[in-house]
Amino acid sequence: MRVTKSFALASAGLLLATGLAFAQSTEIRVGAPLEPPALDPTAGAAEAIDVVVYQNVFEALTRIDQNGAVQPGLASAWTISEDGLTYRFTLNDGVTFHDGTAFDAEDVKFTFERILADDGVNAQKALYEAISAVTVVDPLTVDITLSRPDGLFLFNIGRGDAVIVAPESAANNATDPIGTGPFAFVQWDRGSRVILEQYGPYWGEKPALTKATYVFIGDTATMTNALLAGDVDGTYNFAAEALPVFDGNPQFKVLVGSTEGETILSTNNAKSPFDKLEVRQAMAHAINRQEIIDGATYGYGVPIGSHFAPHHPYYIDLTNTYPYDLDKARELLAEAGYPDGFSATLKLPPVNYARVSGQIIASEFAKVGIKLELINMEWAQWLEDVFANKDFDLTIISHVEPFDIGIYANPDYYFGYNNPEVQALNETLNATTDEAKRKELAQEMQTIIAKDAVNGFLFELAQTGVWNAKLEGMWQNAPVEGVVLRDVHWVE
Amino acid sequence: MNWRSVFKHPGLTIGLAATALFAMLALLSLVWTPYPIADISIARRFATPGAEHWLGTDQLGRDMLSLIMSGTLTSFTVGAIAVLIGAGIGVPLGLAAAIYGGPVEWVVLRFSDLAFAFPAVVIAILIATLMGPGASNAVIAIGIFNVPVFAQVARGGALAISTLDFVAAARLAGLRKPMIALLHLLPNIASLIIVQGTIQLSLGILAEAGLSYIGLGTQPPATSLGLMLRDAQSLFLIHPWLSLAPGLAIVVIVIALNIAGDGLRDALDPRLRNRGLANVAG
Repeated sequence: MRVTKSFALASAGLLLATGLAFAQSTEIRVGAPLEPPALDPTAGAAEAIDVVVYQNVFEALTRIDQNGAVQPGLASAWTISEDGLTYRFTLNDGVTFHDGTAFDAEDVKFTFERILADDGVNAQKALYEAISAVTVVDPLTVDITLSRPDGLFLFNIGRGDAVIVAPESAANNATDPIGTGPFAFVQWDRGSRVILEQYGPYWGEKPALTKATYVFIGDTATMTNALLAGDVDGTYNFAAEALPVFDGNPQFKVLVGSTEGETILSTNNAKSPFDKLEVRQAMAHAINRQEIIDGATYGYGVPIGSHFAPHHPYYIDLTNTYPYDLDKARELLAEAGYPDGFSATLKLPPVNYARVSGQIIASEFAKVGIKLELINMEWAQWLEDVFANKDFDLTIISHVEPFDIGIYANPDYYFGYNNPEVQALNETLNATTDEAKRKELAQEMQTIIAKDAVNGFLFELAQTGVWNAKLEGMWQNAPVEGVVLRDVHWVE
Repeated sequence: MNWRSVFKHPGLTIGLAATALFAMLALLSLVWTPYPIADISIARRFATPGAEHWLGTDQLGRDMLSLIMSGTLTSFTVGAIAVLIGAGIGVPLGLAAAIYGGPVEWVVLRFSDLAFAFPAVVIAILIATLMGPGASNAVIAIGIFNVPVFAQVARGGALAISTLDFVAAARLAGLRKPMIALLHLLPNIASLIIVQGTIQLSLGILAEAGLSYIGLGTQPPATSLGLMLRDAQSLFLIHPWLSLAPGLAIVVIVIALNIAGDGLRDALDPRLRNRGLANVAG
């Protein structure tokens, strides 16, 4: 009798356990280090917004996949005119927004006109300025006309900044986002979490997950504990210094992938002594790149020798342009008229990779007589002093925009690099759509920038995700900002 | 009080000795550390304590002993300056409240209530928001936090003494109130202030560690014990020693100062001492 009873209890417990496991198998809790300031990706630059909503709540005409390739999104197909100026998009039928309203060509027109409006607040407005007209041909066909060819147009309209919003709901997207994606927004507990639930009438293939909760945990130690305790099922980019906690733990998997973040020692090229090529070359020779990568990223960063992502097909390896050579650095400094080095400031934004790299570079530069004063800044102050007012000598920052070598063609950009040759090349590159030719131009630009030692080129940031070992389908790489849950599912 | 009485209090001896040891290490770091603290070498990071690095190396390959020496100096300096600020402003305020009474006393008391209501961390966040984080702003924040403590101690002590006959005699002799405060009250409450200063020094060191830990205090490449804790926090599960070393240093310094403060109070206050001795004898 007793045996039977305990057996019954055990089976009840087993049932309960199975029930729990089953309930868990379609839900996910994702740890995110930063809480978004709002939830409208078309009205803010914060990566944290895209992490929650990009391709989950909102979708764009095209869809960037985890390798950075352009795939059909809300547009099922498109054709490009001979002159490369007019794109005709065929839209998917039966797409609805989460408030039940239908998606059609008018929404596309509304979205782009909203981005380009004079009082528009889109963070990447410049990417879409080539658009001269958006014409509704019929409800499921839309033409977008450009004023000049743009080799990156299909990629750019697939970004979080160009997701399609509806005129009925766009104004409230910051707090109550309404998109066409596989997940609908449910609730946002400020300071704590955002909850998404599967959208039943979703037009495309339904995701495996029925519910996703983003839990905001800013502190690495807290995140570590949350992961170990199972309070979150994973996080997309975990602090590299604490990764060994999860390495070799069979309950977790560590996904190491690439990002678009070129981390550079940004140099004020318009200011003495950095306007001298020899000084910049000397600094390049004084940088021990591997030491910085080991120290600041625990070896996960990928060395770069110019401003270009190593995983991009146009990349060429220029890391040996100015190899680590202290004697050569001293020689060049002497040539430039600074035989004993000089003093400069290094302004550091509040991110770990910058603060740590800064200390290491200061120690490295001291060996050739360049004395750096480290100035730690908050973001607002950094954006104002360094980025807007160009009041700096050196800074360390990761440029996370995909394919952003074009910033070297803008003499008004904060690092003040003015080279007409690069500007001409960039113009040709933008107007070129032929792949082979584009590659050639991009490589030529990379080479000139590396030889000019415009900035100290340090490393490409890695993305180091930690996930429950039973989760599959997460993006390993981050070609655009976002944590796409579409393919994420539990396996037993 | 004489030196013999110091040694009658083993707590005081131990506390003062430990404090002096750390203070000497801290002062030594001004002229010499085993390795320069700005000397970063990734290749030798996370070394375990050994002959070459007595306390091992941190995540940037810096010598932990050097860092702790230098960090202790920062902690002591911040704590000490904050005590000076607190006593420098608080003691005159407290004395003024005691001798003038009336509206002056009311203002001083309300001011100290107000300042008490804001913990040092809140004051520090306010100051950091206005002037940016940094060791000097941490000093100001902790100093402001110290002001009402000293004001109340000075006022309490002065009130007790001002009823004594020698103060009345001074008043009858025609001495003005500020002079009475300076010549008769201040010397008699000095011991109270010194004891309170020791306690506030330990609280200041703790507060500096706390502020640096949340990122509002000392900024790299300078170092402090709290900053070392902060840097080591995310590594705790992998390299616990990096957190334990500065953490233990803080604990030992604070305990040492507290024991020294307790001992000082016993040694300086004859009534307490006599009572203590009577208890021992009984």
